[in-house]
Amino acid sequence: MEEVSTKFDKIIEVRNVTKVFDDVTVVDNITLSVKRGDFVTLLGPSGCGKTTLLRMIAGFTTPTSGQIFLDGKDITDLPPHKRPINTVFQKYALFPHLNVFKNIAFGLKLKRIEDIKRNKKTGEPVLDQTGAPVIVRRKFTKEEISEKVNRVLKLVGLEGYGHRDTTSLSGGQQQRVAIARALVLEPKVLLLDEPLGALDLKMRKEMQFELKKMHDELGITFIYVTHDQEEALTMSDKVVVVSDGVIQQVGTPKKVYDEPANAFVANFIGESNILSGEMKEDYKVRFCGADFACEDKGFGKNERVDIVVRPEDIGVFRAGSGKGQLKGTVLGVVFKGTYYEMNIAAGDYEFTVQNTDSFAVGSSVELRIKPDGIHIMKKMRTVNETVTTVDGENTVDFHGGSFAFENPEHLEKGERVKLSVAFDKIELTDDERDGVIGGNIGPSVYKGTYYQVQVYTDDDDDIYVDTVYEWDMDDRVGIVIKPQDIRVEKYVEADEEKEENAAADGEEKSDA
Amino acid sequence: MLKRKAPAKGIFALPYAVICVIFVVFPLILLLIYAFRGENGGFTFGNFAEVFTNSSNYMALLKTVGTALLATGICLLIAYPLAYILAAAPFNKIAILALLFVVPMWMNFILRIFALQSLLSMLGIEKSYGAAVIGLVYDFLPFMLLPIYTALVNLDTSYAEAAGDLGANAVGTFLRTTLPMSVPGIISGVMMVFMPCFSAYAITDMMGDSNTAVIGGKIDYLISQNQWGVGSALAFVLLVLVIAVMVVGNLVASSRNAKANASALTRGGSAV
Repeated sequence: MEEVSTKFDKIIEVRNVTKVFDDVTVVDNITLSVKRGDFVTLLGPSGCGKTTLLRMIAGFTTPTSGQIFLDGKDITDLPPHKRPINTVFQKYALFPHLNVFKNIAFGLKLKRIEDIKRNKKTGEPVLDQTGAPVIVRRKFTKEEISEKVNRVLKLVGLEGYGHRDTTSLSGGQQQRVAIARALVLEPKVLLLDEPLGALDLKMRKEMQFELKKMHDELGITFIYVTHDQEEALTMSDKVVVVSDGVIQQVGTPKKVYDEPANAFVANFIGESNILSGEMKEDYKVRFCGADFACEDKGFGKNERVDIVVRPEDIGVFRAGSGKGQLKGTVLGVVFKGTYYEMNIAAGDYEFTVQNTDSFAVGSSVELRIKPDGIHIMKKMRTVNETVTTVDGENTVDFHGGSFAFENPEHLEKGERVKLSVAFDKIELTDDERDGVIGGNIGPSVYKGTYYQVQVYTDDDDDIYVDTVYEWDMDDRVGIVIKPQDIRVEKYVEADEEKEENAAADGEEKSDA
Repeated sequence: MLKRKAPAKGIFALPYAVICVIFVVFPLILLLIYAFRGENGGFTFGNFAEVFTNSSNYMALLKTVGTALLATGICLLIAYPLAYILAAAPFNKIAILALLFVVPMWMNFILRIFALQSLLSMLGIEKSYGAAVIGLVYDFLPFMLLPIYTALVNLDTSYAEAAGDLGANAVGTFLRTTLPMSVPGIISGVMMVFMPCFSAYAITDMMGDSNTAVIGGKIDYLISQNQWGVGSALAFVLLVLVIAVMVVGNLVASSRNAKANASALTRGGSAV
């Protein structure tokens, strides 16, 4: 994860915030700063914790731990009505018993402003003994409310809609009312929770453009939640990619797209080819049986790495032209309007390639990938490690189940041990009953020749499994490990701190 | 092409129509006839004159209206907070809680009243006007609770969140969103309690004393005294009042949407 600079003018700061619902950690120790005036998007798949994070900033949910600051002030325990933050809700939440005007005026009627006290008859300011004007808190007058509402109605393009019933409006119009209702209060931060989710594609594009325009004109900080990567890339100054309650990457849209921090980000944002390879030396990487020049360095010699290649960064040439580094066969071609998308098998990987020229299915081609088209990422951990107990004769506890293991050291029952299993030594079974323990399939990332699947065990932990099969998200599976593939070492107490650090490192990498 | 015409679907409604005519329309016609028939068998307004001039008749009517209003008001005061609590987290996850308050409805109300009677006498409360009101409230509370509970439990929590987000505290959120949005539930609850309270007779008879003369009891008394004409006229007045209440209730419910457009200032761009 990239270090967030602390120099800029922070309007919102989220510090080590964790949220646990019914023993499930939805937001996991997130730290994030938002620059004043920025358009920041929280991007992630559904259920990744982005909406929960937004709701904590709005004040609807209190963090289990951690703090949230607004302009340097701790607002963690401040109720929503006391925060100068307004929200545009996913389903708009327009009050059905009020018309458009009254919906927008709702907040204005509740607001109190400071003003100079005036003599009721003459309109002259009332002065105190020192001659300074007396300050009083008052409501907005009807005329002020009317003026503000009409101004914001104009801003969202709904002039003259004030008397309309909210239920008689189209989805896009309701959306605009919801935005107007939040903007009329001139909040310091505007939160938008998937506001365009319910609109059709054309309307969505239009609103994206208009939201961006409003942001530029008003100078209010926007925090936007979406699962739509295209929306995030088009509108934001900064994208925060969230998965599993953890920030995967923070950066400008271009940076997140061009330099994904890990396989998850690469996979989630845009189409990409993710391969497994080996760093031969600085600026030289080997995958698909060929060596490639690249722009990365600082990896260990022969370190296993993940490689991301965007479909548009692959050049395709006729076989025998000698221009490419890889030989391949075209498996399929689809015309996408401005380019052709081809599936090309090369080595043991099937590349997705976008090119303006099309090649016939079955034809032999050469592929070229330029150094700046190759993005290299540190490999996530490759073994599942955990500290556990021997729970029987030659069996060990692994996430709630007793797994048999070879026991050359003759470890006895009750002994604390460190257990490790390589990702590719774990077998998943279709029938949960065939496994020693059961689990739910989480997200998978295709690594060229295999899938790396995250499996949630029933004790709410997760393990990684490398498998050649594609598993469906949320399916129940059984987990089997052969006795000879379980490595068990005596767990040494003195090493505890070091072990914990190592475990934490492993954890972070697996999260990253 | 010749096509045999299938019998209209309406034919299946015939048995119900027959039942309706025999048990609803026919008695109503009888009621009207008795109400407008003099002792000599001719047409007369005399029975209605008797209803509105004999103070014991119209006082019973007024008192019944008062009693029904009182019982309905108390029901509303008890049912709304209760429904609000039951509809709020964490209780809204336990449907059985709301059910517990409705279960008595499945029992015969006479049985319930007997039970309440002995309970009250155990507490030293004898037959009285107050006991009759307690009986009405006890008996009809579920009818008030259920519609309000349904309205509240179906209210999306995002409305309350939006109100809070726009600056309303807990009280403001309730008064400006939750309460107005649950008004349809309140209206149907009020109607479902007021109308049976108005025509209740067994409950007030069993729980009340001689002071608790209600219109139902009065009609019963008149008819048992063979005063069919005056009794029918009184019953007719009762019927008209109940219908009037229903119509007013429906009008209030349907005018709520239109009301939002009342103020000139809210007419969008035209105000300034």
